[in-house]
Amino acid sequence: MSENIGDRFDRLPETDADREVEGRVSREGVVEYFEDRFGIPPETFEDYTFWEKGAGKIWLYRGEAPSPIEVEAIGMTCLRTRQEHWKPTTDFAQRFGSEATRCVIDLEPDAARRFVAGEDGEIAWDGDWGYLIAAHDLVGRREPIGVGLYVHGELRSMVPKGRQRDL
Amino acid sequence: MEAPLDPLERYRPIVDDFEAFLAACRRPLPRAVRVNTIKATVERAAAVLEREGVEFERRGWNPQLFTLAEEGPGPGSTLASFHGLTYGQEEVSTVPPLVLDPEPGERVWDACAAPGGKATQLAALMDDSGTIIANDDNLGRLSALRFNAERLGATALAVTNQDARNYSLNPFGFDEFDRALVDVPCSCEGTIRKNPDTLEGWSMDHVHSVSGIQRDVLRRAVQATREGGTVVYSTCTFAPEENEAVVNEALAAEDCRLREVDIELEYAPGVTEWEGDEYDPSLERAARIYPHHNNTGGFFVAKLEVGA
Ligand SMILES: C[S@@+](CC[C@H](N)C(=O)[O-])C[C@H]1O[C@@H](n2cnc3c(N)ncnc32)[C@H](O)[C@@H]1O
Repeated sequence: MSENIGDRFDRLPETDADREVEGRVSREGVVEYFEDRFGIPPETFEDYTFWEKGAGKIWLYRGEAPSPIEVEAIGMTCLRTRQEHWKPTTDFAQRFGSEATRCVIDLEPDAARRFVAGEDGEIAWDGDWGYLIAAHDLVGRREPIGVGLYVHGELRSMVPKGRQRDL
Repeated sequence: MEAPLDPLERYRPIVDDFEAFLAACRRPLPRAVRVNTIKATVERAAAVLEREGVEFERRGWNPQLFTLAEEGPGPGSTLASFHGLTYGQEEVSTVPPLVLDPEPGERVWDACAAPGGKATQLAALMDDSGTIIANDDNLGRLSALRFNAERLGATALAVTNQDARNYSLNPFGFDEFDRALVDVPCSCEGTIRKNPDTLEGWSMDHVHSVSGIQRDVLRRAVQATREGGTVVYSTCTFAPEENEAVVNEALAAEDCRLREVDIELEYAPGVTEWEGDEYDPSLERAARIYPHHNNTGGFFVAKLEVGA
């Protein structure tokens, strides 16, 4: 097996059996994770390819590109792998989180405001611990806000500094 | 204190109602947001802004654009913006992508794309499909573009860091675009309402040096676009040296011709002579949007068709 090369985009193999690079996840693995953890239907990603650039940083892209490709970016970062618990990005949660049916925590207005500001909060939740999609009701619809880490009765906001807002 | 507008005096012969033009240049610019239709319909974005108590007005010519009331939060500090449902973008700067009019599924190049207002608008006009290649030669500005593209959820957009004047398509494995947007660096005279000190460093030398870059980027864009494809050239400046003269050179050197700009805004036709120089008569088809026409910033837009 070869090693991951950090400064270019490599398309993920279809399945784990097709893997040629040490530790690289497969498209199937990523799509299954989004389905198993969040209930996002696999069809959501039909038109998409998945890529790795930098160890464990997974990108999702809908345009054309040969693999490997050396450019600044293709599509958006969607997931962190190569760590014990995979972690979706805030921008992924906002773009695709409305497809999720599991591990979505609905926040009241005050809790939502604090979450957007990057603050942690004590919140009751009887589902799985770990990374959740935080959402709130916005004009009659559930709107995903970002990703939170739920442990010991506390939801930690994973909204990156540059995305946080005091509203 | 009022900002000096002396460098604009040279446009007296070509601007209709020059006093109204100067007066408009002195007024602050209304703030505006574009609805990001990748993430929300116009009605949903409007409902979210209303719920937040943000006052805005719709602009008939472009249903995706709202101007914000003077009082109240800025375009970047609303919940709608946090969710990526809106993007702060000046009204007139939404014109070039609409004139380029890309179709879903096409290959589109944005030659000078950072910080990405127009590139993400192109992506939205294409229903976030096809391939949008957003390029800029400035890495710092590209990081702003990447941030914006991800916040708005543009997933069919790729980012490259090249000098657009000799752009190489090699990384992508195809060799021409269906459309290209050439929104070049310029002397920015038309942004005077947003940045009152924009004319402070103004010089004829700068106008001439930047026009060389503009010409080379435009020529590269025409070369990289397929026969029958479209190239839109735009600047936020009034100087004919950076506008009609640049397009005139591309017309002479490359296989392309001017098409009518079709937008429902008031504008003046491109000029065909300036300080002793004459340009191709078809330059009349370009659009000069002056601040007093629609209460916006200033812009120049020309639409080119490639090949016979
Ligand atoms: C008017 S701004 C573009 C604004 C952008 N289209 C938008 O809507 O957000 C011009 C850009 O051209 C870039 N630029 C200047 N010279 C360039 C070159 N030779 N190749 C590529 N980009 C260049 C600058 O870094 C700047 O970001």
